[in-house]
Amino acid sequence: MLEKALIGSKRYWLWIGALLVVIGIAFIQYLHQFSYGLGITGLSRDVSWGLYIGQFTFLVGVAASAVMLVIPYYLHDFKKFGKIVILGEFLAVSAVTMCVLFIFVDMGQPMRIMNVVLHPTPNSIMFWDFIVLTGYLVLNIVIGWTTLGADRKGVHPPQWVKPLIYLSVPWAVSIHTVTAFLYAGIPGRHFWLTAIMAARFLASAFAGGPALLIILSLLVRKLTKFDPGAEPIQALGKIVTYAMFANVFFLGLEFFTAFYSNIPGHMAPIEYLYTGFEGHGKLVSIMWTSSILAVLSLTLLVFPALRRNENILAVACVSMFVSLWIDKGFGLIVGGFVPNMFEGITEYWPTVPETIITIGVWAIGFLVLTVLYKVAVAVREEGGYHD
Amino acid sequence: MSINRRQFLRLAGVSTVLGVGGASVLSALTGKGEAVSQTTPHFTTDPRAITGKRWGFAIDVRKLKTDEDYQKCISACHDIHNVPDFGNPKDAVKWIWKDTYEHTFPTVTEDEIMNKELKEKPFILFCNHCAQPACVRVCPTKATYKRKDGIVMQDMHRCIGCRFCMAACPFGARSFNYRDPRGKDANGRPFIRKENKEFPTRMIGVVEKCTLCYERLAVGLLPACAEASNGAIVFGDLEDPNSEVRKVIDANYTIRRKPELGTQPSLYYVIGGRE
Repeated sequence: MLEKALIGSKRYWLWIGALLVVIGIAFIQYLHQFSYGLGITGLSRDVSWGLYIGQFTFLVGVAASAVMLVIPYYLHDFKKFGKIVILGEFLAVSAVTMCVLFIFVDMGQPMRIMNVVLHPTPNSIMFWDFIVLTGYLVLNIVIGWTTLGADRKGVHPPQWVKPLIYLSVPWAVSIHTVTAFLYAGIPGRHFWLTAIMAARFLASAFAGGPALLIILSLLVRKLTKFDPGAEPIQALGKIVTYAMFANVFFLGLEFFTAFYSNIPGHMAPIEYLYTGFEGHGKLVSIMWTSSILAVLSLTLLVFPALRRNENILAVACVSMFVSLWIDKGFGLIVGGFVPNMFEGITEYWPTVPETIITIGVWAIGFLVLTVLYKVAVAVREEGGYHD
Repeated sequence: MSINRRQFLRLAGVSTVLGVGGASVLSALTGKGEAVSQTTPHFTTDPRAITGKRWGFAIDVRKLKTDEDYQKCISACHDIHNVPDFGNPKDAVKWIWKDTYEHTFPTVTEDEIMNKELKEKPFILFCNHCAQPACVRVCPTKATYKRKDGIVMQDMHRCIGCRFCMAACPFGARSFNYRDPRGKDANGRPFIRKENKEFPTRMIGVVEKCTLCYERLAVGLLPACAEASNGAIVFGDLEDPNSEVRKVIDANYTIRRKPELGTQPSLYYVIGGRE
C-alpha cells in the first residue's frame, strides 16, 4: 500500500519537500548539539529538562488519544467512526515516533540508548515507559495497516487483529499513566508530586488529541476527495468538550490544594508560573495565554449551536491545542524545576538551536503523518471503505 | 559449550577447593592440556582498605571559620577528581559546594524569627549517599546504584545522560556534563585545569557526582573533604556505635536535609551542642 504515498499532486510533493528542508536544517543543528553537547540548549544544572521532554510528554497524550475513536467504534459499535478511526491510529504512530525522537535528542549519550534494554531496570519508570511506548507503536502500526489493507480489498479485517484492538485500549491508558508516573513519583518536586497527575494527563490527552484530529479531519476534507463526514467530527467535538472540562477541573484541584493548605513549597511553582516568584516570571505571559485560550475554547465548545458551525469548531480546537501545548509541553516541566531544590530560582528559556531541533522533530512527525494519511486517503478515495 | 569469565572463575575456584585443581577444569573445558591456573586473573582487596556497613558524615560547620576553610575542602575534592570548571553557573559541575543555611535546609527556613548567626552561616553540601536514594530508584540503566557500604555510586560509562536522576535527587547533588569536560574554552583554557592522572576524567553528556572517595577508601585514605576539613567533617560508619561519626552525633544536636522525604540522608549537620 505504501506505493500510494509515491503518487501525488504537485502540492503534495511541495509539502513533502518543505518538510524535508526543515528536517535537514534541524539535522545540521542536531549534529552541532551532538558535538558541542546539550550546553547549546537553555537547560542548566537546575532546570535539567525542558522543551524536548515537554514535547515528549505532550505527544504521549496525542498518541493515547486514538483510544477515543477506538472505544466508541470497536467497543460500542459506533459505526460513524468507521471512516476516521484509521486517522486516529496513524496519528498515534506519528506521535509515538516523535516521542521516541524527543527522548533521543534529549539524551546526553544517545549512542548508549540500548543500555535501557541491555540492563533492564524494572524499578525505573523510564524502563516501563520504554516498553509501553514501543508496544503501543507496534500495536498501532499493525492494527492500522491490517484494517486499512482489509478495507482496500473490501473484506473484513482478519480475526486475529481483534484481540490486538482490545489490547490497545488499556495500552493507550497505560502509556499516559506511566508517563505521568515519571513525574508523580519523585520526592521533593512539589509541582509534580500529585496523585491527580495521571488523571489530568489522560483528561488533557483526550482533549488535545481529538482536537488535533478534528483539525486534521477538516484539512483532509479540504485537501482531498475523502470526506471524514460531519457527524464523526461533531461526535469528536463532544468528546473534546467533556475531556477539556475534566482537565480544567483537575487543574483547579491543584490550585485549591496548594493555596488552601497554604504550604509554601506547594504554592511556589504555581506562583512562579502564573504571577512570577521573587521577581522572576519568564513564563507568566505564556501561562496566561494558555489559560485564556482554554476559556475561549470551552466557551465556543460548550454551546452546541456554536460547536455545530465547523469554522467555530476549528477555532475552538486550535485554541485548545495551543493552550494544552503550552500547559503540558512547557509549563508542566519548567514548573517542576522552579524553584529548584534549594528554593532558589534559575529560569529556563529554550535557545534558538534547541527550538530548531524541536521544530525538526515535529517536521519528521508531520512527514510520517502525511505519508500514512496519504495511503489511508488513497484507499478511501478508491472507495475502499465498506461499512 | 559457552561459559563466561565469571562462571569460569567460580568453577575453577570450587574445584580448587575440592582439590581437583583449576587446571584440570580448564583443560576439560577447552580441551587443551596446559595448566594456566597460576595466571588466572583474580581480585584481592587492598589490606589497607577501610570498610564499613554504612558510610556517613557528621559535619560541624562551626569549625569552618573562614572562606578559605571551605575552599580547602572543595578544592581537595574537585582537584583530585578532575571536576571541570566550565566558567558559568548554567553548565556548572560540582561535587561539593558551599551554600547558605536557607538553601541547605529550605523546608525548615520558614521560621519567621531565627538565630541570625545560624541563618547567615554557610554550610557545606555534597551527595547525601541516602539509604533510600531516589536517584537509584529512577535510573533506567543501573548506572547509579548503591554499594553494600552505603556509597551511592555513579558509573559514568553506563550513564545514558537522561538526567532522570537529576530530576529525582531532592538535594541537587548531581551535575550533567553539558559540554565536553576534556575540552577547552574559547580562550584555550582547559576546563580541567590540572588533570589528576590517577582518576578518570569524564566524557560529554553523562551525569556525575560525589562518589565518596571510593578510590581513596580502597587504599586506606579518608575522604578528601574530611581530610582537608580540620575536623569539621567527620567520616565513619553510621552502623558502628563506637565510630567517631556516631560519637559526634550522640554528643550534639544534628539535623539532616529534607528528612521528611524519607530518603534517609547519611550526612548529619551539627547545629548545637559541645564544640
